[in-house]
Formats: sequence, C-alpha cells, structure tokens
Amino acid sequence: MTTSLRRAGQLLAAAGLVLSFSLGGCSSSSTEQAAERLPVLGFKSTEPTSPSDTLPDPIPAFRLTNQDRQVITNQTFAGKVYVTDFFFATCPSICPKMQSELLRVYKAFKANPKVLFLSHTIDPAHDSIPVLRDYAERLGINDASRWHFATTGRDSVFALAKAYMTGAEVDATVPGGFAHSGTFALVDSQRRVRGVYDGMVAEQVDQLIKDIPVLLKEEAQAQPVAAK
Amino acid sequence: MRMRGHSLRLLGAGGLLLTLTFSLGSCFTERQNEGAQLYTAHCSSCHGDQGQGLERLIPPVAAADYIASNRAELPCIIRKGMQGDIVVNGIHYNQIMPGHEDLTDSQITNLLNFLQTNWGNTNQPYTIRETAELLGRCNGSDGQ
Repeated sequence: MTTSLRRAGQLLAAAGLVLSFSLGGCSSSSTEQAAERLPVLGFKSTEPTSPSDTLPDPIPAFRLTNQDRQVITNQTFAGKVYVTDFFFATCPSICPKMQSELLRVYKAFKANPKVLFLSHTIDPAHDSIPVLRDYAERLGINDASRWHFATTGRDSVFALAKAYMTGAEVDATVPGGFAHSGTFALVDSQRRVRGVYDGMVAEQVDQLIKDIPVLLKEEAQAQPVAAK
Repeated sequence: MRMRGHSLRLLGAGGLLLTLTFSLGSCFTERQNEGAQLYTAHCSSCHGDQGQGLERLIPPVAAADYIASNRAELPCIIRKGMQGDIVVNGIHYNQIMPGHEDLTDSQITNLLNFLQTNWGNTNQPYTIRETAELLGRCNGSDGQ
C-alpha cells in the first residue's frame, strides 16, 4: 500500500519534471507549445517486475452503454485516440461550460474519424439512455459513434474517473450532489492517458487541440509495431 | 480682499465638486459593474460569457425575447430557479436552472438591469423596490 503510493508519487513527480522541462523550453523560445511527444501519465498500482517496468497501469477494461443503446468497450476505441470527461445532464455548475469547451475540440476534429469523444455520466440513476440521447442531440451531436454519451454503474464510473485522472465523486454539499473537476483526459490507442486538461480553462483546451495532432502523428508512426 | 475671498470661495466650491465627483464616481462605477460581475460569477458558466447560451441545451439571455416578455417573472426565476420546457426565440429548451438564495434583492436588481440593457436587450430596468415586490410573489424577497 505504502509502496504503491510512493510509486505513484514518484511517477507523478516524474511527470511533473517532464512538464516543467517542456514548459521551460517553450517559454524561453517562442509561443509555439507543440511538444514532440506527449508524456505517459497515470498511476502504477503494482510492484515493478523489473527496473525498466515504470509505465503506469493502462485504463482498465470497461463496458458502457451509449446514447444509441450500444455497448461500448475498450475495443470501441481500438486504433483511435479519444478525449473523455465526466458530467451529468442536470449539472447546474460547471458542466455546460465544460461541454461547450469539449464541443469546441469536437468541432476542431470533426473531419477526423481517428479522434473520438466519450462523456461519462456520473449520475446513472437520473441519466437514462433517453436522457443521454436528448442531451447529446441538444448539444448538436447526432453521430453517437464519434461522441459517446455513456452510462454504467456508479462504482465503475468513479473507478474509471480515477484511472483517467479526473476527480469525480458523490458530494452532497455541492450543487447537484456530485463533485467533479471538469478535467478532460486524452487517451491513446494503448489505453494510456497522454494528457489531462482543465475543461474550464480555454487556454488548456487550446493546448489539447494542439496536442491531439502530436499524438496522432505518434500513432501513425507506431502503427507497424503497435502489437504487443 | 474681495478678490481673495472670491477665489477662496471658488476653490472651496471646486474642492467640494471634486470630492463629490470622486465619491459619486466610485459609487456609481461599482454599482454599474455589479450586474456584470454577478453575471460572470453566477450565470456565465451555463448561459455563456456573452449570454449566447449553448446550442439547444441552454437558452441564450442575449437578444432573448424571453427576457423582455417575462420581465415580471425573472426575479423569482433567479431566486427560485426553474425547470421544464421553455421556448426562447422560438427554440425549446429543457434544463434545470438552480435558484440563488445567496443573492440580495439589490444584487438581483443589478444583475437583471445588466441583462435588460445589454447584449441586444433594450428593456425597462427595475428599481430595487420593484424587484422586492416581484420577489414577494414567490416569498423570495430578503428585504436587502
């Protein structure tokens, strides 16, 4: 327990170091912030099996249902990159702002079928399939295969939120009854988190829009050796 | 002697005017901005930073017929929130809007006056007394 926590701490510190280096680089040179390669983020819960085994755990296997009543799993996103967030349809605080920012990212990559979107509801009791469908359509999303609005059990969704490094939990003290951070996670085809962005901050969402092509380039180059 | 008295009086009057201008100036500026500040803090995350709304999910408050035609209901909508289907500029919306028990009557007045006179809305502003009366309809006046 303590070891895994320390491990996670070390990983986070490493990620922070990478971030500060890359940030340092960009401030000294120009306003262009395109990284050559995005870091691998996340937590490692197991003991390393060798000194070189430092990569965090991949996103766990999941099984969700989207607004078209279709089952979606990790396989749905095979060979793609995706951006994910956590919301609920009746959220009175940050969700509309957050979803309007995600809509901006969606519009920027609308023509690219390699980029998918996945919004998880954290209020499955209220957000039934028809509610999710209505929400998606009102937001202007008619193609569920590009932007999934998905539901699953409450425990699974909070576990997923943790794996994606986006905080989401039940909290009776906040408006709407759920606390969540408005974070967007960028995930690669190897089920690894490659970036986390505050969906409430336009500049960070701009950064996400710049980072997606960097990841797509890496994916295209890695294609022949992607199998593990 | 006469000259001196005159100029002193002028100076005094000028000083008084200056003081008045400054104090009134700061008072009015704060009050005028309060509506915009309250909008940013309490409304913009849903209704947009320019009041544009969000697709068919959240109705706009900018250039919105609803703002003009439901003038008398707006104070209670802000105080108590609302839910159910509404039509704004011919489009149906159906979302939950939270209430704001944390705002005073005068804050609701300033917020509404900002909306009624900006972003393409050119409607009659409210006095604090009027807002308080309208809030009375939903037992929503805090008398402040």
